[in-house]
Amino acid sequence: MTTATLSLPAPASARNRATAEPWLVRWLLIALALGFLGVFLLIPLAAVFTEGLRKGVQAYFAALLEPDAVSAIQLTLLVAVIAVPANLIFGVTAAWAIAKFDFKGKSVLITLIDLPFAVSPVISGLIYVLLFGLQGWLGPWLQDHNITIIFAVPGLVLATMFVTFPFVARELIPLMQAQGNDEEEAARVLGASGWQIFWRVTLPNIKWGLLYGVILCNARAMGEFGAVSVVSGHVRGLTNTMPLHVEILYNEYNFAAAFAVASVLALLALVTLVLKSLVEWKTRRELSEAALATENPNR
Amino acid sequence: MSATATWQWKRPSVLPGFGLAFGYTLLYLSLIVLVPLSAAFFKTFTLTWPAFWATVTAPRVLASLRLSFGASLIAALINAVFGLLVAWVLVRYRFPGRRVIDALVDLPFALPTAVAGIALTAVYAKNGWLGSFLEPLGIKVAFTPLGVLVALTFIGLPFVVRTVQPVLEDFEPELEEAAATLGADRWQTFWRVIIPAVGPALLTGFTLAFARAVGEYGSVIFIAGNMPMVSEITPLLIITKLEQYDYAGATAIAVVMLVISFALLLLINLLQWWSGKRTAGI
Repeated sequence: MTTATLSLPAPASARNRATAEPWLVRWLLIALALGFLGVFLLIPLAAVFTEGLRKGVQAYFAALLEPDAVSAIQLTLLVAVIAVPANLIFGVTAAWAIAKFDFKGKSVLITLIDLPFAVSPVISGLIYVLLFGLQGWLGPWLQDHNITIIFAVPGLVLATMFVTFPFVARELIPLMQAQGNDEEEAARVLGASGWQIFWRVTLPNIKWGLLYGVILCNARAMGEFGAVSVVSGHVRGLTNTMPLHVEILYNEYNFAAAFAVASVLALLALVTLVLKSLVEWKTRRELSEAALATENPNR
Repeated sequence: MSATATWQWKRPSVLPGFGLAFGYTLLYLSLIVLVPLSAAFFKTFTLTWPAFWATVTAPRVLASLRLSFGASLIAALINAVFGLLVAWVLVRYRFPGRRVIDALVDLPFALPTAVAGIALTAVYAKNGWLGSFLEPLGIKVAFTPLGVLVALTFIGLPFVVRTVQPVLEDFEPELEEAAATLGADRWQTFWRVIIPAVGPALLTGFTLAFARAVGEYGSVIFIAGNMPMVSEITPLLIITKLEQYDYAGATAIAVVMLVISFALLLLINLLQWWSGKRTAGI
């Protein structure tokens, strides 16, 4: 009897007392953490929306529907539609080569893929100006052939591709490394071709990780400012993305309009966070289901 | 003759597609990243060494480097302390709205930097929500170096939280229980048991936040006021030089920043390798 009562778990309060803080400390720590996040995150976020709506709903929508704003929105979408799929294809190919095969120099290659994260956005733009600008390496040749890259849309796309380069790859490489090659090798032995293996075995396994990488990549592609600012030339209605349009309006002291366009970007950021949390939740659930299934195969 | 005796670059595999995937990876990496980056280094070689040295040691450049690195260091320290606190509160305590707060920590990653910049300026300007409280106390945030610090703290906020959080989640309660059994109070347990365990992650997060802050541009330029010698950050100085068509000067400063950033990247990789080793050893 005594051994049975001893092996029963103690009530939570008694068990945790030695390894938990007094409620006052606990309460203070929560208040301090929330205060810090409030001052640095919540108040600025709320300010974007209130400043945007300061002159009323009508002025808010007028600022969004004005032709320069519309073309900025279109250009932002265009840049993302090119840059994100390009980095998606690269991310999947790089992860396939790195995670599924063993070769020398792999860690060097992974470091090189991470390189754009270590480079200041301004420098990311600068290097393309040095390459394609009028004074750049290819500048004279491009001018002879009537191709403009800098201060035009191709420059914006290239700079965005550079800045968002690692997102998908760095999400997929650790995931595919952890999953191993067993399923792919089994499919190969059963006679599947390379494409069949990828579409039917690998892709279903990595789909959430892939989506996660794409969400982050897209958020950065649509919101990038520094790199795009260097290569844009700031031609209204032609080479202005949404973040650049915000800057122009702000520098013209047109604050309500600047915050109105900014609030659309902030909304996009919030949608990104929601999607990201959903994907994280989904992955965690699938992981625990998989763990349950291996524990109890007859379930 | 045998395959095992000869040096192998790649281990044989039954899976197809290595050549295509590896080739495309190298090609795309070279075209988008390696060739353009090397352009910066080759451009600097068009400067003579004395000219390069004179450019990067000009008083205005040195002042901007001091501000960029100094403010980034302080911001990363603030984030190390508060990031650990936020991670602790999110992992250990239950309170209403915890999941929402947890998701919102990533806001600085998702919010475009220009939006962050104008929002922080609006809040911390002297007629702003927080600025109007700080102004009577004699604290000016917007358009001073303090504003730079606020923007860099915002931008580096998620790094420490996201590196420390998983370590705290996986931390085994048995270790704390053992410390308590051996007579340690909570404070001793925190310093001698928990801090050594989260140390490597904390250091990694700190370095990531620092590296990000050094190169940051969008969120800073709106709130900084951008006075030369006082509140001008190095990335802005690069843009100023570019707008004056001083390509070589802009590139010289950029190369200095690139070299420092790559050194930081190397350090981060070493730290992660070290912390991986450490946790594997436990």
